[in-house]
Amino acid sequence: MDIFIEGIKQAIQLLAELNREIFLITWRSLLISGPSVLISLLIGMPIGVILGLAKFPGRKLLLSLVYTGMGFPPTVVGLFVALLLWRSGPLGYLSLLYSPTAMIIAQVIIATPIVAGLILAAMQQLDPKLKLQSLSLGANRWQLLWTLIKEARITSLAAIMAAFGGVISEVGSAMIVGGNIKGKTRILTTAIVLFTRMGKFEKAIAVSIILLFLSFLANFALTYIQQRDRIYWKH
Amino acid sequence: METLVKVENLIHKYDNKIVLDIEEFELNRGEVLALVGSNGAGKSTFLRILNLLEKPSQGKVQIFGIFPTDYKQKHILRRRMAMVFQEPLLFKSSVYYNVSYGLKIRKKNKNSIKSKVLEALKKLEISHLINRQAGTLSGGEAQRVSLARALVLEPEILLLDEPFVALDQPTREELRDDLYKIIRRMNQTTLHVTHDRNEALVIADNVAVINEGSILQKGKTENVFNKPINEFVANFLGVETILYGKITSKRDGLCIVNINNQKLEVVSDLEKGENVIACIRPENVTLFKYSLKTPLSSARNSFVATIKDISSYGLVYRVVMDCGFNLTSFITRESLERLNLKIGEKIIASIKATSIHLLSRK
Repeated sequence: MDIFIEGIKQAIQLLAELNREIFLITWRSLLISGPSVLISLLIGMPIGVILGLAKFPGRKLLLSLVYTGMGFPPTVVGLFVALLLWRSGPLGYLSLLYSPTAMIIAQVIIATPIVAGLILAAMQQLDPKLKLQSLSLGANRWQLLWTLIKEARITSLAAIMAAFGGVISEVGSAMIVGGNIKGKTRILTTAIVLFTRMGKFEKAIAVSIILLFLSFLANFALTYIQQRDRIYWKH
Repeated sequence: METLVKVENLIHKYDNKIVLDIEEFELNRGEVLALVGSNGAGKSTFLRILNLLEKPSQGKVQIFGIFPTDYKQKHILRRRMAMVFQEPLLFKSSVYYNVSYGLKIRKKNKNSIKSKVLEALKKLEISHLINRQAGTLSGGEAQRVSLARALVLEPEILLLDEPFVALDQPTREELRDDLYKIIRRMNQTTLHVTHDRNEALVIADNVAVINEGSILQKGKTENVFNKPINEFVANFLGVETILYGKITSKRDGLCIVNINNQKLEVVSDLEKGENVIACIRPENVTLFKYSLKTPLSSARNSFVATIKDISSYGLVYRVVMDCGFNLTSFITRESLERLNLKIGEKIIASIKATSIHLLSRK
């Protein structure tokens, strides 16, 4: 119990002092997770809309792949990305292994099925005639996509929250493809693993507090937007 | 007259079942056409095909003189039309957002959007709803917003898919009257789909009757209603009396039709000896008290009839009589009371020779 209390006290002190190492780890986490979430939304949302609304041969197979992808173990994703980027691997010539880019690639693979799966569920709950009405009012494909995502904004925002949560708290693939290199690929989650192993509990706890705070902040903001427009429909 | 829509040999199938089979169809600029048919006749499917939302299995659809083949052409043509569906299908936002949607996606200037939206809301008498969330509107209000959203685009063709069907009677009539005042004022080309023949009678210059995917008859409303092309159309358009007989003689354009040994005098082009179907609209049957020996009308056909049934039919009463054949008339409550009609009593039923429509029964 003393370790715990002492750890918290020292963690608060580190945070109050704006410890440089912890600050840089936090900033790097945002620089990696931010683009990961954005890219997974750019890929996952259109896939979700198409799978949710269109009918085509092979749709059921693709649906199954998306649902399977939602449960991909991050460590397994890390392994496959590492194999791809390994020096002797098919993309080894890019020299991306143990870089922030490799971590972004892995996080995008983890988050995209989550986004696609939630968006397609949202699309299936919309009135199918809404698509026809939007087209009839003159929407082109992209305008239609954006309109439908806005109409399903409660679930769309949930998809963003889920994607962000999935990448900011992920450690397995980050360790494998990033290597947890100080000053280069060390992020909040990999730092917690390292500091805990080294017995530096005050640093581990400080980083955990930041991670929890960031998660809470992002979800609070998105929840606020999500619930703000909620109207109880008459019909 | 400029033809805006032209359809040739259109066939459409769902799961190998033919749902539309239309040889030809045209819609001209300025025309208000009602497409009437029962549920499942193919009306809504046809409208979606005309709005380029669905591709027909076979056949040609020409819109504004163009046969659209690719997505881009369809998109451009669609922007010259607007469709209103049965349900309002409003977006989860304000009334302003909904009505401005089509203008925003066409990248119109902000000030222009604002003034057009205000004008559209004023036309449909819903200016006071401008900031309301769409989800808080009543059915009638929501459908007005839906109509405003379409009209604000000043479409060259307005497609209406039973826009009043989900509304109660008073709301439906009020909205219909308001909408058609706007349509007439704007000389708006309109194709209005409905299953309600009375609605078609009120709103449209021209009517087309569709059944099982085929257009059976198209023409001026008055002509189609008074001169249906076959028994189905007659039945659907409210011809309550449909009789089978034969033309026994003809002179100077006047045919004598034998129906159950009763004689009907009818003005017709058909020839002596032809087997016919006689269509008599209930509005064209006039009733007189039996005590009067000579009816006060110029009608050639007068029958002594026995009343079989009297029932309420909205604002009028439906009187079914036996005069050697079953005959139906509509009369007002006032007339019912004045004539003091009762079941089993005798009455004189009178029909003009020009009010009966004959169809050849081949």
